[in-house]
Amino acid sequence: MLSNVIPILLAGLLTENMILSKFLGICPFLGTSKKIDTAFSMSVAVTLVMIIATAVTYPLYAYVLTPLNLQYLQTLLFILVIAAIVQLLEITLKKYIKSLYNALGIYLPLITTNCAVLGITMLNFTKGYNYFESLVNALAAGLGFMLAMVIFAGVRERLDRSDIPEFLKGLPITLIAAALVSLSFLGFAGIGG
Amino acid sequence: MKNNKYLSFFTNGIIKENPVLRLMLGTCPTLAVTTAAINGIGMGVAATLVLIGSNLVISLLRNIIPDKVRIPAYITIIAGFVTIVQMLVKAFLPAIDASLGIYLPLIVVNCIILGRAEMFASKNPVLPSVLDGLGMGIGFTATLTLMGAIRELIGAGTLLGLPVTVNFINPMIVMLLPPGGFFVFGILVAVSNKLASAKGKKTVDCNSCGNCPMKDSCKIESEVATDAQ
Repeated sequence: MLSNVIPILLAGLLTENMILSKFLGICPFLGTSKKIDTAFSMSVAVTLVMIIATAVTYPLYAYVLTPLNLQYLQTLLFILVIAAIVQLLEITLKKYIKSLYNALGIYLPLITTNCAVLGITMLNFTKGYNYFESLVNALAAGLGFMLAMVIFAGVRERLDRSDIPEFLKGLPITLIAAALVSLSFLGFAGIGG
Repeated sequence: MKNNKYLSFFTNGIIKENPVLRLMLGTCPTLAVTTAAINGIGMGVAATLVLIGSNLVISLLRNIIPDKVRIPAYITIIAGFVTIVQMLVKAFLPAIDASLGIYLPLIVVNCIILGRAEMFASKNPVLPSVLDGLGMGIGFTATLTLMGAIRELIGAGTLLGLPVTVNFINPMIVMLLPPGGFFVFGILVAVSNKLASAKGKKTVDCNSCGNCPMKDSCKIESEVATDAQ
């Protein structure tokens, strides 16, 4: 079992990083990576939703849609389930775990339309993972998201104090910096087979 | 005069409010599928079809959908159209389906579509909404095709699969890899900013929240702003 887990974790963290190599979740990556603590809270919320979403959508697809031959409803069902999960999570946290809600609450509404969450629930099937591997994959993708966000927030804090040519200021230099971070992640290619 | 107004609904999305370069929407597919010009065209056309369909239906239902549940209602309508497009592409263009892969169903969370539903179709009659969808779709397709063409030309030395420079210049494969996507997009935004500022228009800034369709229900932007003070 461990021999399955390690390659999935390495792929999610490094070689198939959600943001830097699959380009999923670029909006929150650019929008909330200005400061390290914001970046960290956002990634915790994304990881949490990814794991719960995978835990719910996998059995729905495998035991409801597939026996009924309704696989084409995957997109519609998954996005609605994710929207419902995010709402429920927000309500539950608000009622029972106030401190966690204060830390993560503001990030939750944004996650419904985050393509990283929908992406990971679908990638589990294109890769043919079983239920346990899918959950590990969701965790790995979330941690990879976190790694990229936090590293990049550090890069951006330094970019703020640099002398940048006028027409590159703002978004262009951010994207070019992302290209360099992504290039450094290419160096991990091949790790974990 | 009236014709002019309709024309402007249509042309708005192509240059002045280009969804990718001016509104910063739909960045994920822009970066992910543009390894070749043909993929850009495929993605663009698929998203355009969804955009026209969802704008049409949402505009028709704009007075019926209750305000509180509008976002889930929009997402359901969009997901319906995405499923239709997905099935059509699978049936008739299997090669495009293979190269777009997971990004085809992910059109459902493309901010351009939800963004236009929220900002335009929910407030305007049917004809302007359809024209807006068509214009935005063409703007999206044109940008994706341009980016795909640049990456394909530098990264593979071909254009739409035909050899151009591949026989006398070694292609830079890095342009086809993820860093090339970020880099080419950064340069394109810089050029578009430069052209916009030469015309006295404001440049797009770093904060992609500004045009996010969810920004009303999201407090991150204000949070970041108060932290900075």
